[in-house]
Parts: sequence; structure tokens; C-alpha cells
Amino acid sequence: MADYAPLKLHVPEPAVRPGDIPDFSNVKIPHAGSVERPPVDADPVSIRGLAFSIIRVLNREGEAVGPWAGLLGDGELLEGLRNMMTLRAFDARMVMAQRQGKTSFYVQHMGEEAVSCAFSKTLLPGDMNFPTYRQAGLLIAAGYPLTDMMCQIYSNERDPLKGRQLPIMYSSRKSGFFSISGNLATQYIQAVGWAMASAIKNDTRIAAGWIGDGSTAESDFHAALVFASTYKAPVVLNIVNNQWAISTFQGIARGGSGTFAARGLGFSIPALRVDGNDYLAVYAVAKWAVERAHRNLGPTLIEYVTYRVGAHSTADDPAAYRPKTESDAWPLGDPVIRLKNHLIKKGAWSEARHAQAEAEILDTVLAAQKEAESHGTLHAGGQPSVRDMFEGVYAVMPPHLRRQRQQAGY
Amino acid sequence: MVEAIRDAMDVMMERDENVVVFGEDVGYFGGVFRCTQGLQAKFGKTRCFDTPINESGIVGAAVGMAAYGLRPCVEIQFADYVYPGYDQIVSEAARLRYRSNADFTCPLVVRMPTGGGISGGQTHSQSPEALFTHVSGLKTVVPSNPYDAKGLLIAAIEDPDPVIFMEPKRLYNGPFDGYPGKPAVPWSKHELGEVPDGYYSVPLGKAAIRREGAALTVLAYGTMVYVALAAAAETGVDAEIIDLRTLLPLDLETIEASVRKTGRCAIVHEATLTSGFGAELCALVQETCFYHLEAPIKRVAGWDTPYPHAQEWDYFPGPARAGRAFLETVEA
Ligand SMILES: Cc1ncc(C[n+]2csc(CCOP(=O)(O)OP(=O)(O)O)c2C)c(N)n1
Ligand SMILES: [Mg+2]
Repeated sequence: MADYAPLKLHVPEPAVRPGDIPDFSNVKIPHAGSVERPPVDADPVSIRGLAFSIIRVLNREGEAVGPWAGLLGDGELLEGLRNMMTLRAFDARMVMAQRQGKTSFYVQHMGEEAVSCAFSKTLLPGDMNFPTYRQAGLLIAAGYPLTDMMCQIYSNERDPLKGRQLPIMYSSRKSGFFSISGNLATQYIQAVGWAMASAIKNDTRIAAGWIGDGSTAESDFHAALVFASTYKAPVVLNIVNNQWAISTFQGIARGGSGTFAARGLGFSIPALRVDGNDYLAVYAVAKWAVERAHRNLGPTLIEYVTYRVGAHSTADDPAAYRPKTESDAWPLGDPVIRLKNHLIKKGAWSEARHAQAEAEILDTVLAAQKEAESHGTLHAGGQPSVRDMFEGVYAVMPPHLRRQRQQAGY
Repeated sequence: MVEAIRDAMDVMMERDENVVVFGEDVGYFGGVFRCTQGLQAKFGKTRCFDTPINESGIVGAAVGMAAYGLRPCVEIQFADYVYPGYDQIVSEAARLRYRSNADFTCPLVVRMPTGGGISGGQTHSQSPEALFTHVSGLKTVVPSNPYDAKGLLIAAIEDPDPVIFMEPKRLYNGPFDGYPGKPAVPWSKHELGEVPDGYYSVPLGKAAIRREGAALTVLAYGTMVYVALAAAAETGVDAEIIDLRTLLPLDLETIEASVRKTGRCAIVHEATLTSGFGAELCALVQETCFYHLEAPIKRVAGWDTPYPHAQEWDYFPGPARAGRAFLETVEA
């Protein structure tokens, strides 16, 4: 027998559970403007510190400060605000529609709106996102029609995906939005493959992969990093750390690595952490990474530090595993309110105009919803045809499937 | 059925301190279907814990633990997410005993909710049992009611070899005969919903006859047992409905005796038709009962498409499709 004390298994635990007082004192938050902004061709080794800090632009007073500030004009910021507000209103209506039985399932973005809305604005036409189910802001900010999104959610007769896919698993090549699979992490490596293809063909387009904190544990995440590192693929690898993976706190996926961004370091991929609730910071850091990809400098890993305010999905109730008031204690605030306050501070916005915009946006979303519902909802009105179920499995329907379709009466 | 499954793990964790339970969200929260609720609180977080989201890791770690001498009973959140763990199941768990000449063995259970009927679309509805029955070294179990679920899971945990334990999720809260519009019946109103306390087991490899009949043998498992019962009732076909319970090892004796008696056979499963487990059943019945058969064997199965969202009830092989096949078989 070895002359050691018995071994003990370490199982990480979140700081608090339901009934406890929420506590984020372990989340170290640097002052806005305090983190350096290296040139895009910086040696990854020299910027390792960026994987352990948090890049922030908006300070408590609502001012944009530091080396990452100053990239966006008032018009662009107002558009960003409008996109985030649209996403929020869209979510609220669709969560309600699910409760009313008009669809089976929905996933909302509450608290994370800045990430996808700001990122979208850094891409060029032709660039391709490989999103998860929590990046609908990419579609909204790219101008994809709300009605089409809702028709997909309702699986109705105008569903662009013919009723085949679970709600919110959109697909739009035109909008740079790759078809969502639903199997976690599978698409992270596909983003790298897409980017490699672009490089093989001497194209100028780049790709962006998306993954949640929990899903970084999947093997496909690591596959993506090694391929991206080896081939210096023109890809931006995004990790949205919203602190939770259903009921599992981020410490289970992060393990001993300190941060998720730090995962990039062993692959010598420049890795940055950014305040995911700060529209300006998200934009600035994403822009930096996108620039690297376009200039053939290779991949970048970005960790967006944010918080999932809502339930994981309409099938989840977070009260069972985290304190109800945890989101109020989240130290990085709310992305919509922060951008709104910044614009007010700059004199480009006001409470009155905000309230008016809120009303206008709600009208727009309601009009889209009315239009979508005129084409049916999951169990009522216009439906996709049963023929559609048999189509599209193959480019050309093989005889056995044709026989089955006939047996089914279509 | 959720309670029965939880109870099986509870009983076995109590009896055998080598039984450990882990998977995504199974620890503090108790699983997205609540099958492990309370186990962490009762047995501590080194016996029941949350894992990183990595199915290859879950199965691979379980293989290592099983080889060490533990009896892991792990959960894959949905059968649709087992594929990243498939290599560990097929190349490792299934073959460890054989390739090491039993120097190392792999007594583990991989539980997973399977099947459709919950508007879950293609990533929450699949029935991949044939991907496991095709692999030498694995046992595959599909219970259809709480009594069996508990007894079979206990037998699976006690089994010396790896067992794939597929839980038809549409049956978690009650029997389901394929009519989504009908009011749900809870298990408390069903005779097989009664689950004795404490330890008991249902042996792997033994089928159960759910309805005796003379005109037709129906082979089914999981949710399809109730669909077949409904189809028999609606068509008036005097079907003998066999609930296979374990697909591998298969209770061929019970099947053979029944088909010899009825001379006709239909097979019902939710999984896609082509190369589904029904093909294996069909071949076995043909091999063992050919001279007793009075009609071609019929298969009723999911269409050969990915599982759709909106068209779920056109996809799902419900009582209408099963009933038509029963009639065609007895009238042939
Ligand atoms: C391969 C696979 N395993 C498990 C699941 C089930 N599942 C869906 S979402 C989820 C949690 C993901 O958490 P995270 O990556 O942090 O993303 P978030 O939902 O927080 O945006 C899990 C376990 C799945 N969809 N795919
Ligand atoms: Mg998360």
C-alpha cells in the first residue's frame, strides 16, 4: 500500500444554490478602459493576459472609455440599441406564444442580446456564422424578416424549413446563418472547415463559430481549436459564457482552467475575454478578431462574459437550481439599459425617445406575429404538407422513400 | 416511470456502494427528466454528480470506472445525443471483456430517454436502438412500464456486461397509445404502474405477453406496446402482443411459440424502417417459423426520414397504421 492518505474526488460546486444570497464577488471586473488594445498581428504569447481579464468600454457613468472605445457612431449605436430591443420584444412574444400552445419550444436571449447583435455588425456580406440556438440577434441585426423567423417557430405553411426542424433552429445562407443542428458543439469545427475552404479557394470570406460555456466541454470544441490552430483558419471562435448550462454552473465545464478564453492558449490562438453585456466592447473585440481573420492572421478565440437571465428554454425552471435573485446581482448589468444610458449621456437619446422606440418596436413585432399567424401556428391553421416530410432527405428521392410516401397517401 | 427508474438507482446505490450515477444535469438538479432527483442529496456528490457536456467523456469515464470495479449507471440526456459517446460504447465498452480475455470487464449501464411523441423534433425524438443491437458485446433494454423499468434497470446494473437502457420518454408520465389528443392517463391508473418498494429484478432476455391472442403475433417494445394494444382493440384482430422488453438478448422462445401458434406476425417500432430492429426480428421469425407462417411478415415503423417537427403524427406509427398492417396480415 502506498504511504499516502486516501484519495478524494473533487466535484466543483457553485458558490450559491437556491435559498442562498447570490454572490459574484469571485468575478473580478476590471475598470472599463483599463485593458490594452494590441495590434491585430500581435504575438499570441505577448497578449496571454487578455484571456484572464475582461475588456470593457462602458463605465458606470455610461461613458465609453479606453483604447477599445470610439469605433461606433451614434447612428450605429442607435441601430444596435434598436436591434437588441427588437430581439427582447421578439423573445417576449414568442415565450408567450409557446405558453399559449402556438408552438412547442422556445429559447430566449434575455441578458445576452449584445453578443449576437453587436457581433453581426462586424461581418461582411458572405461571411458565415455557425450559431447556436441563442444567437437570433445575428439574424435580426442582419435584417432577416421577423415574420420568417416566426413562421419557422410556428412550423406553419410558410416555414422556410417546411416544419422539419424544432423551433428556433433557423437556417439562412443569405443572412450568413448556418443551419442550427441542435447537437451541441458539432458546428464549431464546421465553422473552421468553412473557413479553411475559403482559404483553400483563395476567397476573402471568413467564418464565425459559436458555442456556449457548457458545450466547450464537447470534444468537437477541442477539434475546432486544433484545426484552427494548425491551419491558421480565418475563423472567429466565440464562446458565450452565460454562467449556466441548463442547471450546471460554468465551473463544471471550465474545470481548473481559470477562464474559458484560456483554453485557446495551449493552441497559441489569441484569446480575449470581453464584457458580453457591453455592446461597444463586444463590437470592438469582435471587430479586432474579424480583422485578423480577413487579414489572414488566423483564428481568434473570444469569451463573452454574460449572464443567462431567463430560463434555459421554455422547458426549464431555473428556480430549482439557482437563487431567484441571482440575475439582479449579476455585476455586468443589462446590455440594453447600459447602451441606452450611454446614448442618453451622449445626448443622442432620451427616456422619452426610448419609451417611444419601445412602443414602435412592439408594434413591429406584433405586426410580424399577426402576419406569421395568418399562415398558421403549430396546431392550427396552415400547415406544411406531409409531402414535405419526405422531400429533402436526398437530392433525388430514392425508390424506397417514394414507396413510403405513397403508402402514407401523399 | 420516472419514479420507478429513480427508485431502481436508489435501491442499487443503497445495496452496492460501487454504484455511481452521473451525467449532464443529473447531480444537484436531478436530471432534465428528474430521474436522478434526490440521489445526490442522499448519497453525496461523489456517488451522483454533474458532468461536463461531453458524451464521449461520460461513457469513456464510465468504462474506466467499470474496469476499476465500480458499477457506473450513467445518463445521456437524450438518445439523440449519444453519438459523440458511440465510439466509447462500440469500440471500448462492448469489446473490453473479449479483447482482454476478461482481464478487464465493463459492467456499466448507459441510460437514455428515447423515442418521440413530445414535439421534440429531430434532436429529441430518435430511436437508435438498432445502432446498439448491431454491436456484439452490448445488451439493449427497452422497458414499457414502471414495474419493468425498475426491475430491468436493477438487473442491468447487476449485469456483468455493458447494457444500453433506453427509456421511452413518452411513457415517463403514463402509457401512451398514439393519440396525442386524448387526455393523458397517469401510471397510477395502470396495473403495471404499481411498483413494489425495495429490491426486485426483472431478468434481461425475457419477453412479456401483454395480450394473448390466436390470430396474429405482434412484436413490439416501448411505446409501441400501447399502440399495438390500441390497434388490436380498434380492428378487433385477436392479436397476441409480445412486449420484448429486452432486444438483446432476445427471448426468441416466446416469439417462436407464439408465431407457431398464430401463423402470422407483425412487427411495430418507432425507429426508421430500413435496417431497423424489425429487420432482425423478421429474419429470425422467418428462419425459425417459416413452415408455420401463413402470410408475409409485416413491419410498421417510422418512415425513413429524419424525425420531423410539424408532421410528427404523420411520421409516428400510430394505431391507424398498425391496425391496417394487422388487418392486412390476418387477411392475407
Ligand atoms: C450533444 C448534446 N448533448 C446534450 C445536449 C442537451 N443540451 C441542450 S442545451 C444544453 C446546455 C448547453 O449549455 P451552454 O453550452 O452553456 O449553452 P447555453 O444554453 O447556456 O446558451 C444541453 C446539455 C445537446 N443538445 N447536445
Ligand atoms: Mg451557458
